[in-house]
Amino acid sequence: MPKTITEKILAAHTGRESVVPGELVSVRIDMALANDITAPIAIELFEKAQIPAVFDSERIALVPDHFVPNKDIRSATQVALMRRFAKKYGIKYFFELGEMGIEHVLLPEQGLVLPGDVVIGADSHTCTYGALGAFSTGVGSTDIAAAMITGEVWFRVPESIKFTYHGQLQEWVTGKDLILWTIGDIGVDGATYKAMEFQGPAIETLPMSDRMTMANMAIEAGAKSGIIAPDQVTLDYVSSRATRPFETYLSDPDANYDQEKTYDVSQIEPQVAFPHLPENTRPVSEAGIIPIDQAVIGSCTNGRIEDLRMAARVLKGHTIDKTVRLIVIPATPSIYRQAMNEGLFEVFLDARGIVSPPTCGPCLGGFMGVLGPGERAVSTTNRNFVGRMGHPTSEVYLANPAVAAASAVLGRIGGPEEL
Amino acid sequence: MTLEGTVWKFGDNIDTDVIIPAPYLVSTDSAELGKHCMEGVDPSFSEKVSAGDIIVAGKNFGCGSSREHAPMAIKGAGISCVVAESFARIFFRNAFNMGLAIFEAPGVSDGISAGDRISINQDTGEIIDHTNGKTFSANTIPPFMQGLIEAGGLMAYVLKKRRG
Repeated sequence: MPKTITEKILAAHTGRESVVPGELVSVRIDMALANDITAPIAIELFEKAQIPAVFDSERIALVPDHFVPNKDIRSATQVALMRRFAKKYGIKYFFELGEMGIEHVLLPEQGLVLPGDVVIGADSHTCTYGALGAFSTGVGSTDIAAAMITGEVWFRVPESIKFTYHGQLQEWVTGKDLILWTIGDIGVDGATYKAMEFQGPAIETLPMSDRMTMANMAIEAGAKSGIIAPDQVTLDYVSSRATRPFETYLSDPDANYDQEKTYDVSQIEPQVAFPHLPENTRPVSEAGIIPIDQAVIGSCTNGRIEDLRMAARVLKGHTIDKTVRLIVIPATPSIYRQAMNEGLFEVFLDARGIVSPPTCGPCLGGFMGVLGPGERAVSTTNRNFVGRMGHPTSEVYLANPAVAAASAVLGRIGGPEEL
Repeated sequence: MTLEGTVWKFGDNIDTDVIIPAPYLVSTDSAELGKHCMEGVDPSFSEKVSAGDIIVAGKNFGCGSSREHAPMAIKGAGISCVVAESFARIFFRNAFNMGLAIFEAPGVSDGISAGDRISINQDTGEIIDHTNGKTFSANTIPPFMQGLIEAGGLMAYVLKKRRG
């Protein structure tokens, strides 16, 4: 029977010939991830169970990235718990400050998540690694605690939805715009419990950074996972990084899909998701006059070097509007160093922006740019829920790095072509 | 077993950021998290709610982050269960894993009002609104997940299996 890539990966990790959508299966995992918000609950549950060892100390990644550098005493305490646990159980991939980056940018960069893997993370944006051709999904802390014992996780095998993208991208249109467009089309629960499989000629032209941005936001349509079949672009990215052998899988041409959607990307312009749901998308040219107080460029969605280069290309020779605060956050230490070496920091600082060390910080209203009452931000992050970046009356507009940078200069939401 | 309580109503797409805003994610204590439950949509919710009360909501309840602090906060606030048109998937699995009772039941969003007294038969899935006399039927739960509930959550299930 023909199978999707998702069904093949899951079958390979159950030791069975095949699995079918709707089945509940126990699946072997290649990597389990938790951060400084979700790991503490998992650690407390694990230690309460009095298990002497984790299933595999090289298959667990602990990344303190949300409230780090520690924003207060309580977050310092949570990271200290992770540090102590990592030492006690010999967890190989605990990332101390200086090596720490935003988890979903860091793990692929370090070659810790690979094509054909099953990855779980106690963070909803764990779906990012689908861009490498892995089955990867967000779970809770209890799932991580159990997986640290057994090396397995239970799943309902998801149906897949096939999204095909044709045509040539317009200038300044990125993976962020394609995924915002898609969420705008199907809604925030349009893919609940399903695997979103992205494919087509336009996807094949995208670099890994854009592919990761797309898979990253599959959760914003309610999906269990997002996935892109590995190709030469994928192999070029992983071959020099991989920390272990991996296998690649492809969907059979006549595999079964729950639904199929086709888009002509040449008709898509940069998108902006208005408050308070990622599905409230509009083309940037139809945004109207929306003055902003802050622009954030970073996050697991858009904090990669390609994103920073795009923002710098827009900002070069400009100064941001006096009413705006610009915060740029390279997602990992190596991206930070590369951006510095390429002279991007000069551009950001000349424009009157600031450059933060890697952190999730403002994306979830943690620190490093929390919004006050009534304030508005344009942000390259992934969520614009009520109060997401701060006060319940604040507003978040989601966009790509070029739109965020242009908006910072304009003092209102707008595209780079307006500069 | 039957759960009975007074209803608090919420709309569609209630996300985990409003169920428990991120600044409170520096705690792993259910009771403390409960004091801030639903703060993003109703700042005084935790003061108004009584033990055993029930949340009834629209579609896609619990969308957003994977924070297990969301079902923990709901439990910590004293809520006995959540009934919704549909749930976001990570919230759904978290609730089963950590032992918060949840029921997916079509029609509850329009058919049940705030302040109504409702009961849910956990064995049959029958939901009765004792205030307006309407009845609803919760979707059945797969046997594996029923097993999780009976074991007392995922950790208890895994440890029991491990002991053989």
